[in-house]
Amino acid sequence: MRVLPAGPHALLVELESQADVLGLHAEIEQRLEGEAGWPWPRPTDVVPAARTVLIDGLKDPAPVAAALPAWDVAPLTAPDGDTVCCPAIYDGPDLDEVADHWGLTRREAIELHTSTEFVVAFCGFAPGFAYLTGLPEDRGVPRRQTPRTEVPAGSVALAGEYSAVYPRRSPGGWQLIGHTELQLWAPERDPAALLTPGVRVRFEDVGG
Amino acid sequence: MTPRTVEVVRAGALTTVQDGGRAGLAHLGVPPSGALDQRALGLANRLLGNPPGAAALETTLNGVALRPDANCRVAVTGAPAAVSLDGHPAAWGAAVDVPAGARFEVGPASAGLRSYVAVGGGVGTELVLGSRSHDVLSGLGPAPLRDGDRLPLGDAPDSGPPAVDVAPQPAPPVALDLTLWDGPRRGRLANDGQATLRGGAWTVASASNRIGLRLEGPALALSSDEELRSEGIVTGAVQVPPDGRPVIFLRDHPTTGGYPVIGVIDPDDLSACAQARPGTPVRFHPRAVGWAAR
Repeated sequence: MRVLPAGPHALLVELESQADVLGLHAEIEQRLEGEAGWPWPRPTDVVPAARTVLIDGLKDPAPVAAALPAWDVAPLTAPDGDTVCCPAIYDGPDLDEVADHWGLTRREAIELHTSTEFVVAFCGFAPGFAYLTGLPEDRGVPRRQTPRTEVPAGSVALAGEYSAVYPRRSPGGWQLIGHTELQLWAPERDPAALLTPGVRVRFEDVGG
Repeated sequence: MTPRTVEVVRAGALTTVQDGGRAGLAHLGVPPSGALDQRALGLANRLLGNPPGAAALETTLNGVALRPDANCRVAVTGAPAAVSLDGHPAAWGAAVDVPAGARFEVGPASAGLRSYVAVGGGVGTELVLGSRSHDVLSGLGPAPLRDGDRLPLGDAPDSGPPAVDVAPQPAPPVALDLTLWDGPRRGRLANDGQATLRGGAWTVASASNRIGLRLEGPALALSSDEELRSEGIVTGAVQVPPDGRPVIFLRDHPTTGGYPVIGVIDPDDLSACAQARPGTPVRFHPRAVGWAAR
């Protein structure tokens, strides 16, 4: 663990793996829920990412930076939180290309995606855009050479080691393998986002 | 009772509703947003007895014209501008009583970029994730104003007299002299880059917006072009993309990014950043974070 400064009121904790990030994020959440675990003024934001956790809005980061390395935090691969089941129709324009890349048939590629237990590693890029980890290590997928100027909301997508569902219509460079009608992001709803860090996700093939 | 409203007679170049923003949602990918010059927003609200983070209008360069359908009080702060009431001069930086049906106009900024127009009771557009702010990056919140829009107002505060009558305001910056605290990837600057950071002179580029100030000037050399995975970004972060031209992130910044953040602007300097016009000279004054210094 490396604790790096991010200005006068934040610190960035750098970790070895995504599982370490999920572990530290869960630990911070838990400590913030109880009184005893967080004896300092509360941060405004705790933002997990691929190999880092940002703790922002600290009155004084110094004591937090000093205490963090002594925490005994276990890596977390399968959080025991909620599972969101996401019904999907696998009709994306890039499905054949992804299957080819994997050396699988279209059907096998769909089965790989539906049999994977995904976990929301972090959100970014746009409100409600969740990066889902869980694909086997050798199943990474390159981004598209040319990003699309418009990707429809609900598109089920792959890029790098991640899967995602586009929460809203936006430009995007991910490979599109299908779509879902499930509204994962609705700012007027509480909760606005169904996919938050640590939530587990399964895709179910409901297409014809 | 139907709420009081105000009609937008002239929307101006880019006028948006802004308040204290939506902090606390960065883990969902939601930018903090809110008035870029929080000092000016807070002052405008205090002049009217509103809570400091009540929603107001943020104009860009050429002001706005409004016509309320009920008597209200209005205060303009931030970028100095000619203020008029039915064509007659009115006060900038103080509360002004505007009768129902009168035309209240904020002219072009004589310096700075963004004027704040607060109304007693605050602008009462719908809350989105706890804030009324328009976020230009994600599109959350009410759309930028258009001519003919009608904005609801909140109930006027019935508390005693406002906390301040008139208040001194810092003049918009002629140059930005910015305190730059250590960022997580300060070490990614090459030796050349460290020297350039201290001695270099930049100017604010015209492509700047509520997401960030883009700077023109010397490129900051990085010691490594090794790709960085996306990581969380704070407001005021100074990011160095591969072309070496630094970007200062303002309140509509993306919540994560993959280019190295070499420093973070002191929060006290962000109001000045909000008022810096394209062409404004910029210098950085690096400062170490005590606990991280070895």
